[in-house]
Amino acid sequence: MELLTNVLAATVVAGTPLLLVALGELVCERSGVLNLGQEGMMLMGAVAGFIAAQASGSLAVGVFAAILTGIAMSMLFALMAVTLAANQYAAGLALTIFGTGLSAFVGAGFVGHSIDGFGKLAIPLLSDLPVIGKVLFTQDLLVYLSLILFVSVLLFLSRTRGGLLLRAVGESPHAANANGLKVMTVRYLAVAFGGGMAGLAGAYLSLAYTPMWTEGMTAGRGWIALALVVFASWRPERVLLGAYLFGAASILHLVLQGLGWKSSTELLAMLPYVVTILMLVLLSWHPARTRLNTPLSLGQPYRPGR
Amino acid sequence: MLLLERRPVASPVMRWASPLLALLLTVVTGFFLFLAMGRDPLAGLKFFFVTPVSDVQGLAELGLKMAPLLLCAAGLTLCYRAKLWNIGAEGHFLMGALGASIMAVQLVDAQGPWVLPLVLLAGMAAAAAWAAIAAALKTHLNCNEILTTIMLNYIALNLLLYTVHGPLKDPYGFGFPQSVMFGDSALLPALVPGTRLHLGLAFGLLAALAVWALFARSFVGFQLNVVGEDPRAAAFAGFGARRLTWFAFLVAGALAGLAGASEVTGPIGQLVPQVSPGYGYTAIIVVFLGRMHALGIVAASALLALTFLGGEMLQIAMNLPKAVTGLFQGLLLFFLLTCDAFIHYRLRWRGPATAGVRSVAPAGEA
Repeated sequence: MELLTNVLAATVVAGTPLLLVALGELVCERSGVLNLGQEGMMLMGAVAGFIAAQASGSLAVGVFAAILTGIAMSMLFALMAVTLAANQYAAGLALTIFGTGLSAFVGAGFVGHSIDGFGKLAIPLLSDLPVIGKVLFTQDLLVYLSLILFVSVLLFLSRTRGGLLLRAVGESPHAANANGLKVMTVRYLAVAFGGGMAGLAGAYLSLAYTPMWTEGMTAGRGWIALALVVFASWRPERVLLGAYLFGAASILHLVLQGLGWKSSTELLAMLPYVVTILMLVLLSWHPARTRLNTPLSLGQPYRPGR
Repeated sequence: MLLLERRPVASPVMRWASPLLALLLTVVTGFFLFLAMGRDPLAGLKFFFVTPVSDVQGLAELGLKMAPLLLCAAGLTLCYRAKLWNIGAEGHFLMGALGASIMAVQLVDAQGPWVLPLVLLAGMAAAAAWAAIAAALKTHLNCNEILTTIMLNYIALNLLLYTVHGPLKDPYGFGFPQSVMFGDSALLPALVPGTRLHLGLAFGLLAALAVWALFARSFVGFQLNVVGEDPRAAAFAGFGARRLTWFAFLVAGALAGLAGASEVTGPIGQLVPQVSPGYGYTAIIVVFLGRMHALGIVAASALLALTFLGGEMLQIAMNLPKAVTGLFQGLLLFFLLTCDAFIHYRLRWRGPATAGVRSVAPAGEA
């Protein structure tokens, strides 16, 4: 029981950065924009958050800087992919390559430094519950924030006028435009939200998960999140489930080692990536259902007047 | 006011001017970056672009870095022409290095002219098999190739790390994660005596030549182009998209695999964990910068090879982080895509009375 509780708690921690970045990408894709730059934005968020937190001595400042950096990066993407109607694949790839290079350059002087990251904060009363108390209510502040953001996105998409507008733009930008919606503005806002969330996810890695900066520390999480959104068929509640599932896959090697199971670290480190491919394969058993859920205009640049 | 207006016809001049413009913008940005860091910008740019290639040794090193970039980019060109977004050159490269190393370690005491071809073929076969996974996932299970190839890159890296820490580790290597040194028969001969430049560059140039011939002279090249430009037209014409996907992936895998095999049998001479500084990812920039054209990718691979040398030079001469290489590459790609927008768009002065983006019937795809 003790072991199970610990494993579940670690799963939530490992799943949180995925949840954050995938929620952002989900909103972005619901507006019809596919941003493959998640990995680059996350890295920039991670490095900016770490440097800001170390310089100011305040974790809040770090988180704030990470979110702003993520948004700034995403605006570069929006300029190319939304305003200039460039190929979204190429623009997103460029953002990832640019972010990987820039973050390594900016962070070169900070490798090996460490700070006091976010500590666990038990919520009174709730944290005394068996199992659940430890798993969900004895976590750091950003985990709670990720859950609040999850509920907000869920309600925003399904219960608000703004969510309806966003989805309308993603399904048919031309029809939305004909109805007087500002397609470009909606897409810019969605891309910015995605950037902010990716920045926050990066900050979670460098300020809470492992409070330090190392080059390429996201280890493909931005890419996994992209697969996660497809797997979740663009539904927030499935993103939550998927994120924790991946979290579990990425800490499995620690669990197995804890149980005295002898295997190579490198082989077990492959697991999250193998699981991602398996998930994509699993999905293709229902290709029709996936197509039904895909935002219709996803990946297609919108040019007014066409 | 300044307006962004769609061109009636895509500009052929901009298509080739865009990479040069992007390079210029990157150099200008570099100038101001050096200035902002309080370094002498002209000296910095000279260390980056000129000093590394100012003698024969330097040029040989350039060729050494060009070889893997050119081989990976040649294969990716096939994929990107057909709009197959294969990001997996890094993984193919690593599997090529791994496959060749396994064969070379088996044949460490063997001698004869047959050893090297066998080692290179093992690398190409391993990499082609790795690419075949992504091809099968794409053609039979309809999985997005971007995501699968990226995941396969991470898996290949871990597989290589596992092998070099485990089965292939040199028992007398003082605990270092590296294989034994390969036998002399398994090493690539030098292209220019007295330098480290090896036969790999010749492979790369041959691959570029083959890419040129494929697209200029062959039916398969034509089919790949049509599938990329208009998949519906290709379907009506009866071009097998599946078959072409397999062809592009297998060639991309084999060529990147040859790059990896040449790297371990060339300058390194054994399998080590850091066999690639990201050649497979940089090759993506090479393809875009080289306009998916044989001659273009040769020039682009030389430029991007220089970014690796320039980064090392700046680290030595000005004590800057080596990551300046990645920064430069990222800036270059970013500026390139921005400039590419002006293949299809142009800026125009217009009076405020007629403000608003006028759209003209488009020709070609962005």
